[in-house]
Amino acid sequence: MTKTQPSIPILMAEDDDGDRFFARKAAEKNAIPNPLVVVQNGEELLDYLHGRGKFDQGRASTAPPCFILLDLNMPRMDGREALRLVKSDERFKKIPVVILTTSKAEEDIANCYQMGANSYITKPVDFDGLVEVFRSLKAYWLETVDLPIP
Amino acid sequence: MTDVTRLAPILMAEDDKDDQLITQKALRENRVANPLVMVEDGEMLMEYLRHEGKFSGTPPAPLPCFILLDLNMPRMDGREALKLIKADEKLKKIPVVILTTSKAEEDIIRSYNTGANSYITKPVTFEGLVNVIRSLKTYWLEIVDLPAKNLD
Repeated sequence: MTKTQPSIPILMAEDDDGDRFFARKAAEKNAIPNPLVVVQNGEELLDYLHGRGKFDQGRASTAPPCFILLDLNMPRMDGREALRLVKSDERFKKIPVVILTTSKAEEDIANCYQMGANSYITKPVDFDGLVEVFRSLKAYWLETVDLPIP
Repeated sequence: MTDVTRLAPILMAEDDKDDQLITQKALRENRVANPLVMVEDGEMLMEYLRHEGKFSGTPPAPLPCFILLDLNMPRMDGREALKLIKADEKLKKIPVVILTTSKAEEDIIRSYNTGANSYITKPVTFEGLVNVIRSLKTYWLEIVDLPAKNLD
């Protein structure tokens, strides 16, 4: 039983369409009730949060996500820059950001935490590993933790 | 996932003696291998992290792999300690999990705004606490990559 309302979206930034597909599958396998909104790069992530560009719905604003899954290496605006912008914005900095990336470089790990990432997870190489990651994301962020946007 | 951080201590700031004991029990129940360092208020917490006061011996005590932080403590509360930790260039990358009785939305939001990595309301039952510790163990010690402690 999740502590968070199932209508609140999880926002994911991932440029690789294969990885996007697998993420959706992994979320489904874990019966995560929250809709997974997937954008392709850091710019779209910020557009979503600001409710602008392709996410401009006129008077209705986009629902703030319960947490963000953020790839690091993306075109147009990478995850490091997006992280910096999210965590320096008074409106968005409270949203938990979980880095989910292929990079296992110690420097990336340390820098992301330093910039305010709530956690850092290296993407597993296989689908079963990804399913396990999504299971623990659900167990931790949706069932154990109190989120700032319930 | 470096082995180095696997056995770094878990640092917990908790003023209530009973809660200290049951948390130690819950960690044992979950077979958490990392040593637990317990401090009783924000001031002791900062002394530990800064190698000051009673923690100023050599060699300096290792930085924790993560911190469990109660909010309501005497001398210096968790809100103040969190602010200090997350403003310190050397300490801010250490994950801080607020673990408190307060379920006030204001405390939750303010903690995340100050940079808390997560916020967990303390369960009222021991079983609930065992489950929370299990969740913490799986997430922070098995799934997540922690910052390597020697990066300054």
